Amino acid sequence: MIARALRIPAIRFNGLIGIVVVGLLLFVAIFGPWLAPYDPLKLDLLARLKGPSPDHLLGADEFGRDILSRLIYGARTSAWIAFSTVIFAIVFGTIFGILAGFLRGWTDRLLMMVNDALLAFPGLLLALGFMAVFGASRNGIIVALGIAYMPVAVRVVRGTVLSIREREYVEASRVMGNSEIVTMLRHVLPNCVAPVMVLATTMFGWVVLSESALSFLGLGVPPPAPSWGNMLSTGRPYINQAPHIVILPGLCISIALLGVNLLGDAVRDWLDPKMQD
Amino acid sequence: MAVADEKETILSVENLSVRINRSGFTVVDDLSFALPAGEMLALVGESGSGKTMAARSVLGLLPPPFEVAPESRIRLRGIDLTTLPPAKLREIRGAEIGMVFQEPMVSLNPSMTIGQQMAEGLALHRKLGKGEIRDRSLAMLERIRIQDPQRCLAAYPHEFSGGMRQRIMLASVMLLKPALLIADEPTTALDTLIQRDVLDLMVELTQENNTSVLLISHDLGMVSHYVRNVVVMHKGKAVEQGGSAEVLHAPKHDYTRRLVDALPRRSAGGIRLADTAVEPLIELKDIVIDYPGRAKLFGKTAGKRAVHGVDLTVNRGETLALVGASGSGKTTLGRAIVGLVTPSQGSMAFRGQPLAYDRAATSRNLRQAIQIVFQDPYSSLDPRQRIADIVGEPLKLDPGLDRAKRQERVREVFAEVGLAPEFADRFPHQLSGGQRQRVAIARAIVGRPAFVVADEPVSALDMTVQKQTLKLFRDLQARYGFACLFVSHDLGAVEQVADRVAVMENGRIVEIGARDDVFDRPQQAYTRRLLDAAMLLDRSFAGEAAQRQAAGS
Repeated sequence: MIARALRIPAIRFNGLIGIVVVGLLLFVAIFGPWLAPYDPLKLDLLARLKGPSPDHLLGADEFGRDILSRLIYGARTSAWIAFSTVIFAIVFGTIFGILAGFLRGWTDRLLMMVNDALLAFPGLLLALGFMAVFGASRNGIIVALGIAYMPVAVRVVRGTVLSIREREYVEASRVMGNSEIVTMLRHVLPNCVAPVMVLATTMFGWVVLSESALSFLGLGVPPPAPSWGNMLSTGRPYINQAPHIVILPGLCISIALLGVNLLGDAVRDWLDPKMQD
Repeated sequence: MAVADEKETILSVENLSVRINRSGFTVVDDLSFALPAGEMLALVGESGSGKTMAARSVLGLLPPPFEVAPESRIRLRGIDLTTLPPAKLREIRGAEIGMVFQEPMVSLNPSMTIGQQMAEGLALHRKLGKGEIRDRSLAMLERIRIQDPQRCLAAYPHEFSGGMRQRIMLASVMLLKPALLIADEPTTALDTLIQRDVLDLMVELTQENNTSVLLISHDLGMVSHYVRNVVVMHKGKAVEQGGSAEVLHAPKHDYTRRLVDALPRRSAGGIRLADTAVEPLIELKDIVIDYPGRAKLFGKTAGKRAVHGVDLTVNRGETLALVGASGSGKTTLGRAIVGLVTPSQGSMAFRGQPLAYDRAATSRNLRQAIQIVFQDPYSSLDPRQRIADIVGEPLKLDPGLDRAKRQERVREVFAEVGLAPEFADRFPHQLSGGQRQRVAIARAIVGRPAFVVADEPVSALDMTVQKQTLKLFRDLQARYGFACLFVSHDLGAVEQVADRVAVMENGRIVEIGARDDVFDRPQQAYTRRLLDAAMLLDRSFAGEAAQRQAAGS
């Protein structure tokens, strides 16, 4: 279905920007080690808090580490964490959401009880709790944030499924003799794509920010390894003397978010048959 | 009414053209008409004829890409509305021109009480005090014979049926005593009995207040019953204008003739020969269907019994029409046969075997043999699947068919239902309502079923398309010999397809018999009311209501 829908990808301007930005992000994340001019951990105490110069193109941070190199390595960490977390939350959220919405009955009640209990906690607090269990590693962060954001996805998907399952084409599928699973996969799931795409792209932003918040609390990607989030938080005390060490990672986060959002909208449109005329 | 000439002209429309601003595509082309005070005029045409656009341009409510061409003149009591600034136009909307929309389910705000919504217009245009508004609203609700108007004011729209909502809508518009009422298909979403009530009420209220009515409708038969002057529109042009009786009986334009031909009439369906070999295919015995009550915080709300013990037999190859007003349980019964609703009592048999839907392989075969065509072709097709996939889906369950054979069969069915092969690759939203319903029919018959439940299959379609679709249905039935339960409130459609007719009222079958017996010699008062409301042309005559009013005034 995806291959077919992409058969005529009428790419609009916004979608193009999204593709370029996300493509660049992935490129940097994958080929970072070959692109970075310095080792991101290498100290150059003479260059401490210096602004951009021929030696350090984007300046250096409070320990004299090259900011450009750290941003490049940070992209690797942040992009990996954000994409993995969003995929984790969306995949499990969709599975549970569809099960709850389509099967109803006690499955629904049980799933939603657990889900609402999770929703009752602020996402960050929940993630903190899980971090305590999984430890402050990259994978720990992914699972913790993934579980923390999953309940939102469950709610959204369940709501969509509840409205779709009453449509007549779902009934038609039953009358045809399709099993519930086939009906669910063939007619319900594809029609959930639009809200899920919107949620996923929004969630990407939350996750990048949550990761930086975790770093801020000392539970994010452990220093000295760079991530955009911990660069943002460790640079905070120096914001008056050397604003660039905070502005630059912040800018990277904003641009990445913009790119992901534009791409997400474009993907949603490509998957929507109504947008193909 | 000889005095018509002396009456003040309320609305005059001259050379009205509406087009899409840049492309210049014209949806209404050079339309002119005049509407005297207290008279009714109807714009008749099928979907896409521009009738709604014409009416909306009177109110200045055209959706963005459309605009009124500069040479057009729309005058309300001589004031040109096309050149009026938006603020002035807002003063006229509601106060001078009222509008009733087609869909009563969405035209009232679900989060406001009826009282608040009725008060809105009065508070805005008449600057009355709270008490005065309340008194007038109450008086109006009493006038339209709503039970317990006090309670109605505090109630929310969802507590009322479609017909009631439309009456309330009408009441709140007429509360302001506008000079002109625009009614855009006010009864299309309602069933025939209630249509009659609402239109009668509309005529009463507008006559009392000397309000002119611009009625927009696709139903020439219904219109000619109430309105004396019609404008027939086709592709944006007024193809015929004149008295409804003349238009109906001596249509001049080719398109009007087709419209008139598509009208339901008593003799349209031809004669049915009783099949000599009667072999029961579906037998229902003492079927009772309950809708369970909702679980509340404490206990349960009471359930509702939709069907009270129905016995019904459908024979092989015949069409049994199940008719009744909305809420009579006819749709529920049809859904029970295809297994979408489980009866709480009674037995169903198919070819002599008990009919039960479960996970067993036999129920797979049952599913293939018993199919349904739903009412609304807009929601019965998966928007993300291509037409060929939708039609071919039932075949996927047949392990004996490989991909090539399935495609072959789909092509065959496309030809049978009259769908062009190039539709195969399209999505449902690219098709018109009639084409979509053909797709739904194709999907139902692709597995060669023995029995098809058709749940109001044409009520969402235009008249001429209805006629084509019914004919298609009849042809397919003749070719394949499947039996059909034709659920409908529209006796005009029933007349064209049914062999036998069963009349349902409040969950019970009150009358059943051969079509001609039921139509010509109805035994029950309820059946007679249904037949009257259907306005089959041979029975009732144009302008009846208008003449009655003329005689009364």
